[in-house]
Amino acid sequence: MEKVYMDNASGTPVHPKVMEAIMPFLKDGFGNPSNLHQFGRIISDAIQAARGQVANLVHAKPNEIIFTSSGTEANNFAIKGILAAHKKKGNHIITSQIEHFSVLNPLKSLEKSGVTVTYLPVDKYGMVNPDDVKNAITPTTVMVSIMYANGEIGTIEPMKEIVAVAREKGIFSHTDAVAAAGNVPIDVSDVYVDALSMSANQFNGPPGIGALYLREGVRILPFMEGGIQEGGRRAGTENIIGIVGMGKAAELAKLEMPQRLSKVQGLRNQLRDGILKNINHMYVNGHPTNRLPGNLSLCIEYIEGESVLLFLDMQGIAISSGSACTSRSLKASHVIMATGVDAALAQGTVLFSLGIGNSASDVEYVLEKLPPIVERLRQMSPLYNRNR
Amino acid sequence: MQYSAKVMDHFANPRNVGEFPDADGVGEVGNPACGDIMKMSIKVKDNVIVDVKFKTFGCGAAIATSSISTEMIKGKTIDEALKLTNKAVAEALDGLPPAKMHCSVLAEEAIEAAIDDYLKKTTGKGLEKKKSHAHEEHHEH
Repeated sequence: MEKVYMDNASGTPVHPKVMEAIMPFLKDGFGNPSNLHQFGRIISDAIQAARGQVANLVHAKPNEIIFTSSGTEANNFAIKGILAAHKKKGNHIITSQIEHFSVLNPLKSLEKSGVTVTYLPVDKYGMVNPDDVKNAITPTTVMVSIMYANGEIGTIEPMKEIVAVAREKGIFSHTDAVAAAGNVPIDVSDVYVDALSMSANQFNGPPGIGALYLREGVRILPFMEGGIQEGGRRAGTENIIGIVGMGKAAELAKLEMPQRLSKVQGLRNQLRDGILKNINHMYVNGHPTNRLPGNLSLCIEYIEGESVLLFLDMQGIAISSGSACTSRSLKASHVIMATGVDAALAQGTVLFSLGIGNSASDVEYVLEKLPPIVERLRQMSPLYNRNR
Repeated sequence: MQYSAKVMDHFANPRNVGEFPDADGVGEVGNPACGDIMKMSIKVKDNVIVDVKFKTFGCGAAIATSSISTEMIKGKTIDEALKLTNKAVAEALDGLPPAKMHCSVLAEEAIEAAIDDYLKKTTGKGLEKKKSHAHEEHHEH
C-alpha cells in the first residue's frame, strides 16, 4: 500500500543529512561537555557549532539561543521565566485565543497564582489585530505572547506590528514560532521580538529538542535549576544528539528555504485546488495568502473529521483532524472555533500539512482517494440532503 | 487511543445504513457541537423490530456503535430492545476508549428515541420514563 505522510504539523521526517550528522555522536557523544578533557571538548565544540546554526536560522547571536527539550518547554520557559523575573513591573500578560496548549495551559496555571491574562480574539482568518494588543495594554502589563504562525490553520500573524506596539509601551514580547521556524524566513533583528520558541521536529530535525531565542539583556528566571549549562538558564546535561540534529536541520532549512518554500507551497496549492474542484461544500480555514507553505486546513461540511482521518489511514494517508471526537477533551478545536466557524462545520475539520518529503504523486493519490471517502460518509450522515 | 478490530470492522463496513421512507419509528439524538448525531429508524411488526437502519454524523466510534446496535436489536421485541445498555454495546465491540464511551450511550438513546416515537404513533403515548442520559455529564456545551 502507498504511504503518504501529510501530517507534518505533528512532526516532520528527519532529514537524511541530519541523521548523518547525528550518527557519530551516538557512538562518541558520551562525554560531558562540562569537562575539560578531550571527551568533553568534542561535545562542547559540537554544541557551540549547533548554537551558531540555530542562531543563524533566525538571525540571532549564538549566545541568544538556549536549548530546551521541546517547543513546549521553550514556551513555558519564556512565559513563566520572563514574568517571574519582572514581578515588580506587574502581573498582566496579553495573548490570543488561538495559541497552542503549551502557551494556554501555563497561562491558566499562572492565573491561579494571581496573574491576569487577556486572551485576544482573532478575525475569521485567525489574525490578531495589533490595535487590539495596543488597547489591551495596562500599566501592569509585563509581556505579550502571540504565536508567529498557527500550525492548525496556517495563518501567519502580523508579528512585526505586534512587537512594535509592545516596544512602544516598553513591554516584553514572546512568540511561539514552533510552527513557523525553519518553514518560513524569520529575522529577529527585524521583528525585534524578545523571545521566540522553536522546535527541531517541525523542520526535519529530531523530536525531543527545541530552543528558546532570548534577546541579549532580557532577564529570565531559570526554568530548570541545577548546573550552569546554557548559561545557567537551563540546567541539565545537554542532549547532544538532539542539539547536533537541530543545528544541522537549522542549517539545511536556512540554506534550502527558497526551494522548500516554492516546492511545498506549490504542492499544497495543487492539493487545495484539486480538492475544491472535485468536492463541494468544502471550506478552507486560515488566511488565504499569509499562511504557512504546507498548511491546508479544511472544513468538510456534513461529516466529522475523525472518520475522514480513519478512512484515509486505511488508504495509507496520514492527516490530522480538529474535531471534538479526535481530541480527548471532546471539544472542537479552540482555534477553529475562535475563527467563528459554526460548531457543526468545525467537527468536519481536517488538516493536510505537507512537507519537503511530499511529491506530486502524493497529491494525486490523495485527490484520487479523498472524494469517494467524503461521499461515502455524507451518504451515512443524517445532516446531508436533509431537506431533499 | 486505539480502536479494537471490531470497532474498525463496524466502522469500515457499517451494517444497516440508511432510513425507511415508511419507518414505524424514528429517533434522532445528539448535537453537532459535541460531534455526534445518530438517527435510528425502525420497522415494527407484532411488537418485534423487524428491521432497523441508521444514519450517523460522527467519529469512528459513533459509526461503529450505531452499526453494532442495529444488529443487536434487529429481531428483538420492543421490551428486549429497551433493555439494551450502552455497556453491552461497548462490550460487543470489544471495548471502546474511555473518551468514546459517550458514543455507546448515544446509541442506546437513539434506539430509545426511535421506540418512543413508535409508541407515540401507535398508542398516542410515549415511553413513561426515559433512561438516564449519562453522556451529558461528559459533555460541556
